[in-house]
Amino acid sequence: MTAKLVLRNREYEVKSGQTLRSALKEAGILPESVIATRQGEVITEDEIVREGDVIKLIAVISGGAEEMP
Amino acid sequence: MKCRKCGEKAAINMPQHRLALCKEHFLEWVPEQTERFIRKYRMFTRQERVLVAVSGGKDSLSLWDILWRLGYQADGLYIALGIDEGISYSAESQRLTEKFAAERGLKLHIVDVERETGFPIPLLAQKSLRGQGKPCSVCGLVKRHEMNRIARDLGYDVLATGHNLDDEAAVLFGNTLNWAVEYLLRQGPVLPEEPGLARKVKPLCRFYEREMTAYALMRGIEYIYEECPFAVGSTSIYYKELLNRLENERPGAKLTFYLSFLEAREKGLFREQTQVRQTLHPCPSCGQPTSAPGLCAFCRMVEKVSEKKALAS
Repeated sequence: MTAKLVLRNREYEVKSGQTLRSALKEAGILPESVIATRQGEVITEDEIVREGDVIKLIAVISGGAEEMP
Repeated sequence: MKCRKCGEKAAINMPQHRLALCKEHFLEWVPEQTERFIRKYRMFTRQERVLVAVSGGKDSLSLWDILWRLGYQADGLYIALGIDEGISYSAESQRLTEKFAAERGLKLHIVDVERETGFPIPLLAQKSLRGQGKPCSVCGLVKRHEMNRIARDLGYDVLATGHNLDDEAAVLFGNTLNWAVEYLLRQGPVLPEEPGLARKVKPLCRFYEREMTAYALMRGIEYIYEECPFAVGSTSIYYKELLNRLENERPGAKLTFYLSFLEAREKGLFREQTQVRQTLHPCPSCGQPTSAPGLCAFCRMVEKVSEKKALAS
């Protein structure tokens, strides 16, 4: 009963049947630092992670550029 | 979670605003809010010409998209930095920016740093011995100089950058830790024009970085996802991570931090320091204002690397 979170090239196996917010916590990922997509659609953290789901996480942080982010 | 406007399934939740929206209404909300900020901070009008500094990243391309949708006269400026680092970083950023402009029929100016200074950014940093092994400070100096030069030479009224609230909060955090009053004094949504310096504005300064990522994704904007290879491990990213931990525990903390700062500044928190502000002098080479008489930092650097190049040949 698992699902996958994918962030950049890293995969995190998490339990299904919980909210995305809990799954992110289980994987040690801050919800504020990612946008989650399932089958190309952006989803909120209260969505239930289903068995076999592959949830792609898009990192939101950019930086280092002082003037042109 | 339901969209507050239509009751359909929400695509994004913004706890700091106690607002969840579906894709359709989020894509309406972002330009509406941008328009509100442009007016609130008196950034520019529809009669003025705006030069948008675009890097190929999510924020600057989204900003250009929003200004175009809102009907502003917004052209783009891309500065080719010559950063490769095995991932063709600059080449790919430029390709995506050109594609974006072509798809919307927008005017894009391109400045090539190597053509202007003789070297791409990494070599310029190496040759000028600035930045202690990292090219970020040289990169910032070159971008500031070139953005201002193009805005001034081509007669633009205002220069717009894609800084979001996380960028602003991270800078504010760093400047507060160091009590860098001169920098705190100058931080804000608008930096007014001065003789030789274009007005600078940040129309996205009240959007979280997460919201801008969602906007780019939902709008289908293709942007460079890879971070600049030299930004890895930077202090600004570290500060953003710290602030995100705080935000996770206390939704709205980043927004309050930034807005309270703007309010305090407005009330005159740094008033005394304004009286000791330096007089600016025009650089004898490029004409741009500089704090000390003589060449500006950009021209000094270019002169130094040109001399080295001449000696080597």
